[in-house]
Amino acid sequence: MATAAAHAGHDAHADHKPSFFARWFLSTNHKDIGTLYLLFAFSAGIIGAFLSFGIRMEMEEPGLQYFSNPATYNVFVTGHGLIMVFFMVMPALIGGFGNWFVPLMIGAPDMAFPRMNNISFWLTVAGFMSLLCSLFVEGAPGASGAGTGWTVYPPLSTVGHPGPAVDFAIFALHLSGAGSILGAINFITTILNMRAPGMTLHKMPLFAWAELVTAFLLLLSLPVLAGAITMLLTDRNFGTTFFDPAGGGDPILYQHLFWFFGHPEVYIMILPAFGIVSHIIATFSRKPVFGYLAMAYAMVAIGVVGFVVWAHHMYTVGLSLQTQSYFVFATMVIAVPTGVKIFSWIATMWGGSIRFTAAMHWAVGFIFLFTVGGVTGVVLANSAVDKYLHDTYYVVAHFHYVLSLGAVFIIFAGVYYWFPKMTGHVIPEWAGKLHFWLAFIGANVLFFPMHFLGLAGMPRRYADYPEAFAGWHKVATWGGHIFALGMIVFVIGVVLAFRSKTRAADNPWGEGATTLEWTLSSPPPFHQFETLPRIVDEPGHH
Amino acid sequence: MSDPRSNPNRKANRTALACAGLVAGMTGLAFASVPLYDAFCKATGFDGTPIQGAAPRASASGAHADDSMIVRFDTNVSAGLPWAFRAETRKVEARLGETTTVFFQAKNTGSAPSTGIATFNVQPGLMGGYFVKVECFCFKEQTLQPGETMDFPVVFYIDPAMRQDSNTSHLSEMTLSYTYFASKNGAPATAALATTGDTGKKSNF
Repeated sequence: MATAAAHAGHDAHADHKPSFFARWFLSTNHKDIGTLYLLFAFSAGIIGAFLSFGIRMEMEEPGLQYFSNPATYNVFVTGHGLIMVFFMVMPALIGGFGNWFVPLMIGAPDMAFPRMNNISFWLTVAGFMSLLCSLFVEGAPGASGAGTGWTVYPPLSTVGHPGPAVDFAIFALHLSGAGSILGAINFITTILNMRAPGMTLHKMPLFAWAELVTAFLLLLSLPVLAGAITMLLTDRNFGTTFFDPAGGGDPILYQHLFWFFGHPEVYIMILPAFGIVSHIIATFSRKPVFGYLAMAYAMVAIGVVGFVVWAHHMYTVGLSLQTQSYFVFATMVIAVPTGVKIFSWIATMWGGSIRFTAAMHWAVGFIFLFTVGGVTGVVLANSAVDKYLHDTYYVVAHFHYVLSLGAVFIIFAGVYYWFPKMTGHVIPEWAGKLHFWLAFIGANVLFFPMHFLGLAGMPRRYADYPEAFAGWHKVATWGGHIFALGMIVFVIGVVLAFRSKTRAADNPWGEGATTLEWTLSSPPPFHQFETLPRIVDEPGHH
Repeated sequence: MSDPRSNPNRKANRTALACAGLVAGMTGLAFASVPLYDAFCKATGFDGTPIQGAAPRASASGAHADDSMIVRFDTNVSAGLPWAFRAETRKVEARLGETTTVFFQAKNTGSAPSTGIATFNVQPGLMGGYFVKVECFCFKEQTLQPGETMDFPVVFYIDPAMRQDSNTSHLSEMTLSYTYFASKNGAPATAALATTGDTGKKSNF
């Protein structure tokens, strides 16, 4: 990475903060908005985690233990999915770390449109409130809440849910979608126009690259979701028949529209994590990241190809063999740039002077787990295999390995890596490591048996199952408990950090940490880079 | 916005405007996909949409004279329409490339006049492009008085070209499915949420 020749002033003017209400409710400061996003993601994540706890408790044994109505179980599954995707992972990785560190890394004083940044955040919160409302109004006959799954397929979401719960869920997606689109416009404008002098796109840190590609994916895919769910809304309430065969519509069209959004969405969730892991691996190997340009363009390639593979979620709708062959091939092609990234991370560590800090634990754990999830992804890409595994726990295992263990592990890695920078406090290393081992063991015990359940034929989204699946379900629930224990350690670590007198250095990670945020104080001044940093070339930048 | 760089210049606004244009374009595409998908299905028979066309040309065959397929008939009436609806026969053996006529009968079992319109679909869906309907009652809505019975002809043929398509060449049977929905001015009479538990949906999966 290039170094900053100028150092931001830390004078009274730069650090002048507004009053509490103006600072946190009317905020236009990218770091404060980033903090708000992270706190919001953590709160939403707790609620999403409690819903998943409900799922795991119910699945521990066959029969109905906690849910008298299986429709309510499906509401838990739907709520868990929607919250974790739209209100935990996206706010944390894009709104949280993105807002905090994109301006710092590219040497900008703030985001391009600070007021729009504030609107993005509060739209996301409003969306979350709408989703919470949907849990308490009628959905399916005789049950409250939307039990449609996060995909909201008709006709289950139209004739299957006469109550207003699905309308609330649709509004939740509209609001958070609008927030994300505004956020994406902000990121693109910031990154394209406000880089410090001398920082060309090809010298820009990989996390900024990741957020740039993610922002474009959001811009191109979210409007399609918005269109599809708007049609769903008018089908439900105004008698249109976009997806209703009674009037000549086709429910399969909804699936095409949904997955045209839905597949890029999974890259929206993982690309920022790719950016973060590159910085952590490079920092704690004390080496610039291996193959910087290949790493950046691999993300671009993943983003582009991600738009033309959507029907691999729909192999069972009756596509012709030729169509299936294309989608199998295109899907497998994504494994190539992803492989470039995995091997480049390993090559970065190779021969490096590695320090196994807490953040490094999480990053290396991520590489292992994401690779496992990637391999099962290639298995599922085969349409012939997928027809057997479609909607089974194998799919559940696959996407939890790449998201729950991939994206979520990197959220924690990012917290341990940047916590000293963001707060000036230091989480004890032992807490981060203990948290990691509990999460790593817990998550594997939780999700690995789901492969076996899926291969044996256990379907998704059922509250009950035959006796034959009981064993692995019980093991999975134990894994959930271990993972939850890790969360307690995390909270203890954060509390200890704030209680301790230890203050973080400006650059606590030493010579490996070369990006611009480490040139500032910890925490950075309220307004940074009043004098813009000038980027000078150095051999071996990343 | 005291800092000139927080809203730097026209360049940033231009970028943001281009992004907003991209969003508007994608939203437009999402809605444009509805008529496009419809036209695509009608043109290619995608997803079991039968082709509507004229009688086969005599020379269009290229098939063996004795090549035929079993065509089964499936009839459904959605909830809210008090009709009885059936085909004169459960199945016919249709020679490829030759027109076949089958009569369907609908009876209004209710006490008031009612209007219905039928939707149709074939299974396997990949046969949609080779199943050509020359004449069908399903193209327009029908009104039946209480107790009135009406017979409708369906004239169709199977395009022998299906034997050249690796997706369909091995098939020996297919199903033509109809569902009658209550209709008002060509649109479904009931809002989506009012119809529950109808049997008609199954033909679309």
